[in-house]
Amino acid sequence: MGEQAFVIRGARVVDPAQGLDKQTDVCVIGEEISDVGTGLDIPEGAREIDGCGLVVTAGLMDIHVHLREPGGETSETIGSGCEAAARGGFTCVWCMPNTDPVCDSAMGVRYVLDRAREGCGVRVVPIASVTRGMRGEKLSEFGALVVAGAGAFSDDGRPVESAEMMRRAMQHIGDLGGVIFDHCEDLSITGDGVVHEGEAAMRLGLAGIPRSSESTIAARDGLLALETGCRLHVCHVSNWETVEVVRALKGMGAPVTAEVSPHHLTLTDEAVERLGTRAKMKPPLCGGVDREALIAGVEDGTIDCIATDHAPHARELKARGMDAAPFGIIGLETAMAVVHRAFVETGRWSLGFVVEKMSSAPARVVGWECATVRAGARADLAVWEIGGVYTLGEEHLGSKSRNSPWLGEVFGARCVGTICGGRVAYADGAVAGAY
Amino acid sequence: MGFDSARHLIDLDHLGDDEVGALVDEVVALSEGGGTGGLVGRSVAMVFFEASTRTRLSFEAAARGCGTTVTRFDAGTSSMVKGETLAETVRTVEAIGADYLVIRHNGSGSAERAAMAVRGASVINAGDGWRRHPTQALLDAATIRGALGQIRGVRVAIVGDTMHSRVARSNAALLTRLGASVVFVGPSAMTPDWSGTLGVEVSHDLRKGIAGADVVYTLRLQLERQRGGAVPSLGEYHRLFGITRERLGWANEGAVVMHPGPVNPGVELAGELLDDPRCLVHQQVAMGVFARMAVLRMLERERCDG
Repeated sequence: MGEQAFVIRGARVVDPAQGLDKQTDVCVIGEEISDVGTGLDIPEGAREIDGCGLVVTAGLMDIHVHLREPGGETSETIGSGCEAAARGGFTCVWCMPNTDPVCDSAMGVRYVLDRAREGCGVRVVPIASVTRGMRGEKLSEFGALVVAGAGAFSDDGRPVESAEMMRRAMQHIGDLGGVIFDHCEDLSITGDGVVHEGEAAMRLGLAGIPRSSESTIAARDGLLALETGCRLHVCHVSNWETVEVVRALKGMGAPVTAEVSPHHLTLTDEAVERLGTRAKMKPPLCGGVDREALIAGVEDGTIDCIATDHAPHARELKARGMDAAPFGIIGLETAMAVVHRAFVETGRWSLGFVVEKMSSAPARVVGWECATVRAGARADLAVWEIGGVYTLGEEHLGSKSRNSPWLGEVFGARCVGTICGGRVAYADGAVAGAY
Repeated sequence: MGFDSARHLIDLDHLGDDEVGALVDEVVALSEGGGTGGLVGRSVAMVFFEASTRTRLSFEAAARGCGTTVTRFDAGTSSMVKGETLAETVRTVEAIGADYLVIRHNGSGSAERAAMAVRGASVINAGDGWRRHPTQALLDAATIRGALGQIRGVRVAIVGDTMHSRVARSNAALLTRLGASVVFVGPSAMTPDWSGTLGVEVSHDLRKGIAGADVVYTLRLQLERQRGGAVPSLGEYHRLFGITRERLGWANEGAVVMHPGPVNPGVELAGELLDDPRCLVHQQVAMGVFARMAVLRMLERERCDG
């Protein structure tokens, strides 16, 4: 059997990695893009996808997701998480280690990689914990974890409390050329807080999370990164102070990068009053001033990329009420739709800019080669239907969980095909018809 | 919202201004000897997930005054400790036989969740977390009306840990609607500046905060709800925010003192004030029974009409 081949004809190809935005054809043979252009030499028997009216981009990369397996399979599995990713146009996701058991060993890393191979084809990169069991007491064996396939290190959700422990971790991870993904939160400041400390919390009678919970740790760890030379990636920046902290750290030459989530770019704490636990996450949704600062931070490059923090939680967990329900929302399936509606449809950002922030930019953060729609590149592609109108329903979700704040809302951008290394991971509409 | 707000009493916000005014009138009328009964044959279940003696007793007295039977559900010995959810518990209590579920729970929004879970019964919020305590606000409004003759134009200073207080939130909402002006007075750790979103003024200085007040409403310092460091010590709190006979002189002449109980004497309120004729604590307790009767009768009318 020869290598599988297909051609997408007449789609608008948007590839910020090479400054490309034009209508053309893309041919894939095996795992690679064989050629991009018009009048291509198409191998015999290649399937044809009519790309008229569709957009083709490089596959998106999400460097911050939770796949819950092992231990939390009622909320998500690596398989269902990959399905969610594929439905959102993501061809590669980086999953956090806060599973049960915590991903703190070569065995844990291998398990994630093995399970991912059984999935739909989306690449999964395990992030291993900084400390054993994320308990903040003893460092993980970073070298062994890197060899096993860990892409980065993080004690996400239970950040390293001791500054000295963090400094030591950075020395070792810095030596290996690795990067720490930092969920910046001072749990002593957060206390019992469940939402942003502010007016909405006051009206709802809920315990607030003070802003300083995030910004102080970002500053502390950024300065440790400056001292040790270890790369530090600040996860899900949520307020204006942290944007300023990251800006100052970059100005000082600290090896710091930062991400922001689609929900922090588009929602404020007012959403908690409408959506209850579907708007409960860490860090919490903050105010309008913060949202504006985050948008400006993406525009001026202070914030490097967009990542979803896809955090599935089973229905019964999210039904526990605002005080007791777990933190987090799903976001893989909706990331492009949400960002597109808020920024591209309003004319503020170009589609190319968004694709850059969701594919090449996260790749740069982790030091990977940028995905691109170019001859010879790995065939990681996403195909989009843009400009239609649809109401987001549960049928659009691949996740096992339903904790999305956007269900029932109307969007214009939708993924209709995701190709991972030449293999179709998700197909709908015109793309499905060709398969 | 997922439930019929008129069938339940989650808070008083869904009632029109006229209805709220009429409800306060009804409480005052009942306190002046305006009748009993009205719910004969109905059953009321007390579903308390959080410790309370006076509120529960008050509801029970009100329910009996209306002619209902009363059952008690003790969450401490129930399957809640075995992990049963709030929704399952209220459905179970309803299925055993209850027309009204009086619910107290330490989670903000719990009463609302209970209302969404029940099938035909009415939920009455007896306090949910820090959020709402509507019958307390109702009894307080009726007490103020009884003592000062009116609510419109009255200035109420609510002093203490307003942030963690459902009493402060419910009173602010009701009293401002009835035409009073409300100021929250307390240290910023307990009374943050953004409390203004509740339609109140904010002061961190007791003397300035209670100047011009007709009602000095002190809150119980709930030590169990304090995060570390919210107050340095009880003595320090009393030094800065405790109400004494002398400090009451900073308020308007004829000002009254109120408290939702139970009082920590010598902390938020000097013991000497408990026996002072200006202190309305016992009038509040007595009014509580009538407030809860008025609520039961209002909901019963709703059930019969609707």
